[in-house]
Amino acid sequence: MEVGQMQGRLVDYTKSLFMEGFLDGQFLQLQQLQDESNPDFVVEVVSLFFDDSEKLLNDLTMALDQKNVDFKKVDAHVHQLKGSSSSIGAQRVKNACIAFRNFCEEQNIEACLGCLQQVKQEYYLVKNKLETLFRLERQIVAAGGSIPLMEMGF
Amino acid sequence: MAGGGCSKDTAADFGDQPHVLAVDDNLIDRKLVEKLLRNSSCKVTTAENGLRALEYLGLGNDQRSTLEGTVSKVNLIITDYCMPGMTGYELLKKIKESSVLKEVPVVIMSSENSPTRISQCLEEGAQMFMLKPLKQSDVKQLKCHLMKCRS
Repeated sequence: MEVGQMQGRLVDYTKSLFMEGFLDGQFLQLQQLQDESNPDFVVEVVSLFFDDSEKLLNDLTMALDQKNVDFKKVDAHVHQLKGSSSSIGAQRVKNACIAFRNFCEEQNIEACLGCLQQVKQEYYLVKNKLETLFRLERQIVAAGGSIPLMEMGF
Repeated sequence: MAGGGCSKDTAADFGDQPHVLAVDDNLIDRKLVEKLLRNSSCKVTTAENGLRALEYLGLGNDQRSTLEGTVSKVNLIITDYCMPGMTGYELLKKIKESSVLKEVPVVIMSSENSPTRISQCLEEGAQMFMLKPLKQSDVKQLKCHLMKCRS
């Protein structure tokens, strides 16, 4: 596959992520922040997000598994995850966290467990999508091409 | 974004490179705000909580007040509101209580667009309240405001 085709594929793939709501405008902000002084900025921040989120999801699983659930602690973890997903533009994860926090407030354990499942699902989905995106970018760079900048026009 | 009054010039003339202290307990947000500020030609120091921020500023619990007559290390403090331990609001209060640091503009960031929270912070002397997640345009606007206040 030649570079032009790869670039086209990347653009289409990225557009689909926005269309399907996996990513929002904040992700574009991240891409726009990347420059020659920090050419791996997006990958770095997203990798931090992956590590941080996986730790939070583990903490959440443990916190909800306790005999006496500390809802304040659960809410604090969800708040963190909501913040970081919002900051990188992982819209569906962020929305799942918002729903989760409402049930924390109600101290509804069953609903919280359901929300945790939902958040995990959305997280693994977006992780998969972003890893694919980065792989497509690497292929273009390896073939000597440059990464096309996304425009908001779509 | 809500704005407050202007503060007097504090530290020595920083030219176009203000030194900003950014405080946030979230690692991803710290990285983001740092890059946003660096892209706006600011020198950035980050702190992960209020206590660390105060220590950096010389107001820590263990530090004797050796700040008399000293000029502030930073030209701007930007802090998250919701932090465990000391909130951004509490940090703001501590800064405003310090004779050396009270003139340093403090900006509060929050993901909650709460009018009560905003007024509370502005009343306590915050320069501005910014909604998270931050964008490049927010930081540019902030820098403009800060530069204007100097003259």
